[in-house]
Amino acid sequence: MSKNLRITNSKFIDQTSRISFKFDGKTLYGFKGDTLASALLANDIHLVGRSFKYHRPRGIMACGPEEPNAIVQVGSDASMTEPNTRATEIELYEGLEASSQNCWPSVNFDIGAVNNFFSPLIPAAFYYKTFMWPANFWKLYEYFIRKSAGLGKSPTEPDKDIYDHRYLHCDVLVVGGGISGIMAAKTAAKNNFNTLLIDDKNILGGTTLFQENECFKINNSYSSEWLKKEIETLKSLKNLTIKIRTSLAAYHNYNYLLARENLTDHLNINEKKDKIRQRLWKIRAKKVIISTGAMERPLIFNNNDRPGIMLSSSIKKYIDYYGVKCGQRISLFTNNDSAYEAAISLNNSGVIVNSVVDIRDKTNSLIVKQAEMLGIKIHWKSSVVNTSGYKKINSIEIMKLSDDGTAVVGKKIKEKCDCLGISGGWTPRVHLFTQSGGKLKFRDKDNVFLPNKSELDQISVGSCNGDFELDEVINNTVDSINKFLKVNNNDYENLEIISSKEINKKNIWLLPSDKPLGKTKPFLDFQNDSTANDIKLALREGFKSIEHVKRYTTTGMATDQGKLSNMHALGIIAETAGVKMGELGTTTFRPPYTPLTFGTIVGRNVGEFFDIIRKTPMHDWHVENKAEFENVGQWKRAWYYPINNENMHEAVQRESKAARDSAGILDASTLGKIDIQGSDASEFLNRVYTNAWSKLEIGKCRYGLMLNEDGMVYDDGVTTRLSENHYLMTTTTGGAANVLSKLEDYLQTEWPELDVYLTSVTDHYGTVSICGPNSKKILSKIIPDLDLSDKEFPHMSFKNTLIDNTKCRVMRISFTGEHSYEINIQASYAKSVWEKCYEAGKEFNITPYGTETMHLLRAEKGFIIAGQDTDGTMTPVDLQMDWIISKKKYDFIGKRSLYRSDTIREDRKQLVGLLTEDPKEVLEEGAQIVSETNKQPIEMLGHVTSSYFSPNLNKSIALAVIKNGKKLKGQKMFVPMKNKTINVTVTDTVFLDKENKRLNA
Amino acid sequence: MFLINCPYCGQRDQSEFSAGGEAHIVRPKQPTELSDDQWAEYLFMRKNIKGVQFERWNHTHGCRKWFNMVRDTSNDKIHAIYKMGEKPPIK
Ligand SMILES: [Zn+2]
Repeated sequence: MSKNLRITNSKFIDQTSRISFKFDGKTLYGFKGDTLASALLANDIHLVGRSFKYHRPRGIMACGPEEPNAIVQVGSDASMTEPNTRATEIELYEGLEASSQNCWPSVNFDIGAVNNFFSPLIPAAFYYKTFMWPANFWKLYEYFIRKSAGLGKSPTEPDKDIYDHRYLHCDVLVVGGGISGIMAAKTAAKNNFNTLLIDDKNILGGTTLFQENECFKINNSYSSEWLKKEIETLKSLKNLTIKIRTSLAAYHNYNYLLARENLTDHLNINEKKDKIRQRLWKIRAKKVIISTGAMERPLIFNNNDRPGIMLSSSIKKYIDYYGVKCGQRISLFTNNDSAYEAAISLNNSGVIVNSVVDIRDKTNSLIVKQAEMLGIKIHWKSSVVNTSGYKKINSIEIMKLSDDGTAVVGKKIKEKCDCLGISGGWTPRVHLFTQSGGKLKFRDKDNVFLPNKSELDQISVGSCNGDFELDEVINNTVDSINKFLKVNNNDYENLEIISSKEINKKNIWLLPSDKPLGKTKPFLDFQNDSTANDIKLALREGFKSIEHVKRYTTTGMATDQGKLSNMHALGIIAETAGVKMGELGTTTFRPPYTPLTFGTIVGRNVGEFFDIIRKTPMHDWHVENKAEFENVGQWKRAWYYPINNENMHEAVQRESKAARDSAGILDASTLGKIDIQGSDASEFLNRVYTNAWSKLEIGKCRYGLMLNEDGMVYDDGVTTRLSENHYLMTTTTGGAANVLSKLEDYLQTEWPELDVYLTSVTDHYGTVSICGPNSKKILSKIIPDLDLSDKEFPHMSFKNTLIDNTKCRVMRISFTGEHSYEINIQASYAKSVWEKCYEAGKEFNITPYGTETMHLLRAEKGFIIAGQDTDGTMTPVDLQMDWIISKKKYDFIGKRSLYRSDTIREDRKQLVGLLTEDPKEVLEEGAQIVSETNKQPIEMLGHVTSSYFSPNLNKSIALAVIKNGKKLKGQKMFVPMKNKTINVTVTDTVFLDKENKRLNA
Repeated sequence: MFLINCPYCGQRDQSEFSAGGEAHIVRPKQPTELSDDQWAEYLFMRKNIKGVQFERWNHTHGCRKWFNMVRDTSNDKIHAIYKMGEKPPIK
């Protein structure tokens, strides 16, 4: 720990403000500006996890979102802990606690590492092959796998943080604030485009920001100095909004994009308090400029996964930006010029650079010459064939490559090192482009997929578009932006640019070793532990499609989605199968580009805001009277009103009995209500209901059944004719919105000639339903002037009347079979009318009842509930409701379907009643019905749809649908349950008051 | 998420709309005179094309009007929008 790995001249790290943090329980120190990864490296900690399959030690490899190994769990609080975060993206703050995730029991002693010794036995798809059979063994394997697989821990308590969503509209969105993004944003804003520039880092500038190399200069300054001045000028631009710490998560069609802004993750615990943690921006951009840069590729060679093996550009960033030496004797291994940038930076900061191993023939680009001038040793046309060191690399073995690059020759050189930088070239970040539906093209000279065609108004600029040299980046960006925005921007013309040009390119997807392939471990997907050998095995086993190979080997399927090594997988497949990479295509990149927390996705829609809650005008009364509620769609409906310690059954039995013995009161406000007006209103009802409506007298009510065009029952309810051309339709509570939509659809598209207007008035009225033999007496106390005689106000009729000078509509209709009234009054008066009825009913022991009792009472009468006794496969004939189908009407919705060959089948399931042999036995709703018990397999003839113990009949009753049920009346059937078989008899659906005497009681 | 140009309200987010299946399927005027097969053709048969398709859409959370849309289902490009009862502006 005495090693000083921090250099003092970093411009980006504030070395005066020390920060303490904990990693794996140990207190460590870093500085403001560090990421967790840079602080760990400064503390000489490379080992941060274990690999998924072999549990090999793995270290920090990268410095951005492509990091495959440094996946950590942040926080230990049961409500705030977050798994699967990348140490390379976590900004250090005072009090940060993080732990390695991919290891158990600890990062230094790992039980799963035993797998490593058995690795010849763990080929591709090992998990699929081993755990496929026998199926019940999975239970045994699962425990062990889950425990050792290191998938992170979910929080166990609700997330306390606040998340937010906002919309944003802009003319131009620029994604990525590197050099090309800054040029694009400045040009757009200066030309009066309302512009938004976002970047996922905490500072703009990309990699150019810390490029201080003689080989890359603009107008005689380092490219970094030039860019810093450009960034300064952005501040004065009025049309430009800049959001840092904001990463683009998804790019959807029509330039609709989702970006996650991180607001407090970098703050210490006290500063975070009561602030919004993350905000999801829903962006609609007229134009999108993608400038997301490129990421460095690793190289695929034997044992390329040891801690201390890192991407060379990351090593460069750690030294140039964070001032952290990733090692003290560093070797580099490359197939291109980028590693030389790292070599020069390291050398200038006083780190010993052993050598650069370069697979190419000697090349003399500007930067290579500079490295040679500094005395950096280069092994040309050579390859690293092996590495050593268990928890950290300690040496590499170097051999010469054969002329064709397929083998290594000559003698082996061993080189001691404590860090190895690798560079396999660059992969443009085309993820967002492909997410948006863009098609890629392949460029052979440097093996890259580039943006090609897109349907959207967008372009890609900079290295994500395949421009890797500084002068190309600048000149091509200017050209593209000018064309894209149709502007003539001169700011970036005539710049004097010095840029080292790569002369020599060479690529070998899988580097040869002196050992046979089967004895080597060239890792491709570091997180999922798949090697080049696995890919080859998959191909040998007959997999051809890239999507299949990916799934079989799990390459590219971990939380990093194979950002690093997807290209190598493709390259090896193409090479082995003898196809061109361009023809092979690439796998699909799916959103999000980096994982989002659930909190960000749901935003404010948590707790009571999760969904809309609809309450009736009488809701508070129900709460005060201790009602239990049930959710019916978005409505809260009173379910039952327990007294003292009653359970639901006891309460429902009491309520049901009271309603029939004396009086009950029900809140029916949630029923859907549609106001129908117009000169064709009667004709319209004729077409949407199965029965006839033209002759319904004004002031009368009628029950209607609505079908779908396929003849199946859709909804039902009572409709009242208020005047000649004015009806009030009621629907089921859950069906209200859909019924309105359906009626509107027919009116607008099939029958536009009808003069009919529909208005939803569900929320406008509250509905108090009073029922029972004393309901008439109660109503007469409230509305003494109203003549309630059967002659003046018979069943199925309505009156306009007044309660305390407030207009209301009273319907005499019944869903319980009792004499009952429904008072519809403007919602704001409904609670007081309810209370009035309750007061007036007290002398008759009026009993409030909820939905459960309502269901029981209607079941006694055999009334269906659409959606409970029907399920979209029942015709009115199946329900034995033939009486409601008009024979005279020429047409109505669903009529033709009632005599299709399928709907006239006799053996359709039909609604019947069921009585249990033991009257105390209550059937389970959903239970299956069979006709015999000793045959196997036995045919399921139907199922129970509604079942209750009726206190009024003192026996169990049920409704059920049974094949050919109509003809089975009186027959014995069986309901087999887990521990017993219940004997039942098929009956009529009406259990109580078949003659409907109670309606006029 | 698409942007849809409601013929009554103008351009709005897709989340305000709902799709209503294939367009230009006219409900038979005399269903009772159709054979089972003919009725089934109206009732069940839909093309579900990958490519340019004529569809019904409803501005559910807006003006609640139905209208027609010509959309390429392979890339969600909207080629035309026109009112109910109007002829498609393109073939
Ligand atoms: Zn509209």
